Amino acid sequence: SQYSGLFIFFFFQQRIEIHKLHQGENLILGFSIGGGIDQDPTQNPFSEDKTDKGIYVTRVTEGGPAEVAGLQIGDKIMQVNGWDMTMVTHDQARKRLTKRNEEVVRLLVTRQSLQKAVQQSMMS
Amino acid sequence: MSAAMDTESTYSGYSHYSGHSKKAHRQGRDRHKSPRSKDGSRSEKSVTIQTPPAEPLLGNDASRAEEGQDDNWGETTTAITGTSEHSISQEDIARISKDLEDSVGLDCKRYLGLTVAAVLGLLVFLTPIAFILLPQILWRDDLEPCGTVCEGLFISVAFKLLILLIGTWALFFRQPKADIPRVFVFRALLLVLIFLFVFSYWLFYGVRILDSKDTNYQGIVQYAVSLVDALLFIHYLAIVLLELRQLQPVFTVKVVRSTDGESRYYSLGHLSIQRAALVVLENYYKDFTVYNPALLTASKSRAAKHMAGLKVYNVDGPGNNASGQSRAMIAAAARRRDSSHNELYYEEADHERRVKKRRARLVVAVEEAFTHIKRLQAEEQQKAPGEMMDPREAAQAIFPSMARALQKYLRTTRQQQYHSMESILQHLSFCITNNMTPKAFLERYLNPGPTLQYDRDRWFSKQWTLVSEEAVTSGLQDGIVFVLKCLDFSLVVNVKKIPFIKLSEEFIDPKSHKFVLRLQSETSV
Repeated sequence: SQYSGLFIFFFFQQRIEIHKLHQGENLILGFSIGGGIDQDPTQNPFSEDKTDKGIYVTRVTEGGPAEVAGLQIGDKIMQVNGWDMTMVTHDQARKRLTKRNEEVVRLLVTRQSLQKAVQQSMMS
Repeated sequence: MSAAMDTESTYSGYSHYSGHSKKAHRQGRDRHKSPRSKDGSRSEKSVTIQTPPAEPLLGNDASRAEEGQDDNWGETTTAITGTSEHSISQEDIARISKDLEDSVGLDCKRYLGLTVAAVLGLLVFLTPIAFILLPQILWRDDLEPCGTVCEGLFISVAFKLLILLIGTWALFFRQPKADIPRVFVFRALLLVLIFLFVFSYWLFYGVRILDSKDTNYQGIVQYAVSLVDALLFIHYLAIVLLELRQLQPVFTVKVVRSTDGESRYYSLGHLSIQRAALVVLENYYKDFTVYNPALLTASKSRAAKHMAGLKVYNVDGPGNNASGQSRAMIAAAARRRDSSHNELYYEEADHERRVKKRRARLVVAVEEAFTHIKRLQAEEQQKAPGEMMDPREAAQAIFPSMARALQKYLRTTRQQQYHSMESILQHLSFCITNNMTPKAFLERYLNPGPTLQYDRDRWFSKQWTLVSEEAVTSGLQDGIVFVLKCLDFSLVVNVKKIPFIKLSEEFIDPKSHKFVLRLQSETSV
């Protein structure tokens, strides 16, 4: 129906909860990020819009906490624990993800495949 | 008729330059030749101006007007616009015969003008001296003595006159190119100015000084000094008007040769069309490659094939519907699918390959030939007296080994009539004398050079005609087109004004040059 389409519009996003893993002294999440407002957005292979300076997931380690939680390579991270990640520098993003006193990070991500799936379901 | 055309030059009103006049201003220079003489020592360029010279001709020279010369022959020359060189109208015949007799008359005018100029120049030069000397001669006893001041003034007058003399010699005593009415107007103006000026000085002198026998000698000498100063300033004016004004470039002219499209650009200042034509011609001889009719045969044969392709028959009976026929031909030609472009492409590729091959053979042959020659140093010359050769003999010795390759190359590039064996031998001995490498020897033959490089009878372009819709004495304007025709081809000249350039400045602080490194870093978390 039309109204469900409107609701779906806002939910191109997915919430992912990652539990950090203790590895020696460090807490790791098991993925790598790229991007940031101080970086060159044209070199980002995952973004659709090459002026997008957001934070993207560039690698997900196999079997790591991120993969287990459902994070996929190419995801754009919109929020981390409520903090906005669309207009941060690369270093700020890293800091927000690696706070030592947090064991769980809740990410709000969006991905292109998700958009397409929703669009397809809208069509049908 | 062609003989007459060859030798006449209708630069109307121009007197030949000579070096002995002291006049401050020339009346004009030209390369006028009398119909009877055709010496090769002078340049054989004769520019026939066939448009009506406008009023500057009449404002030729104040003294000429005084002489009561008949200037009407200038007005009756008619303009050639739009007639081809093959159609000679009645007007042309009349004009040519008139020009013949005018050219005889021009001789007398020229010499007359010269003498008048000489007289005027002498008068102007001697006037200050006369101003100073006349009081001494006429009423010496009444004059107030004037010591060192006057002597100082004498010295200054002497040196200023000397400077004026040198300046006039430098500026005006020159081998003439052709003169131009527009500049001639300036000269006439300057001439009139000088004449009036000197006349008024004499008038004043006669009335105030001679009549009243003024005793203040210092004042008289200072008067003479002021005259010389003013003459120097007029000389300066002459330089600015006649020389400097044309130097600054204002127009760009594009010159295109009609037969093969070769084009060049030149920068010109404020000139009349005639003078611009002269500049273009002078540059033509050194910039454009020589006109070679043998190179045009290919395109001519193609054109002939196009024309011969279709025949039009009129089946409706007599009646010459010419325009209908040509339209039909054009339409049919457009529809026909012909492969002449293919032919052209392969022919050109083939020709180029052949030329390259022959060129390679030639270069190798010449290089080999040059290795046989060795220059003897001074000490060595005593040791081997028997075998020594002078450059000419050396050239003759090595010429046979390269002759065939050279001739084949020249034939392929269709230059063979431009180089005779004698000229090649001469060039070879010249190169040997001056220690030139084989490549330097060959540069004359590998590519066609400018017209000046070749023998005069190969030029095909010795006599020019200026065809213009505007009066040839008017100045250049943006958009003017005129044509310089010679028998075999023509140069189309298109004049464009140099655009007004708006230049603004921008200051960039050197400290403001700062950079950031744009990376795409990847951090694992």
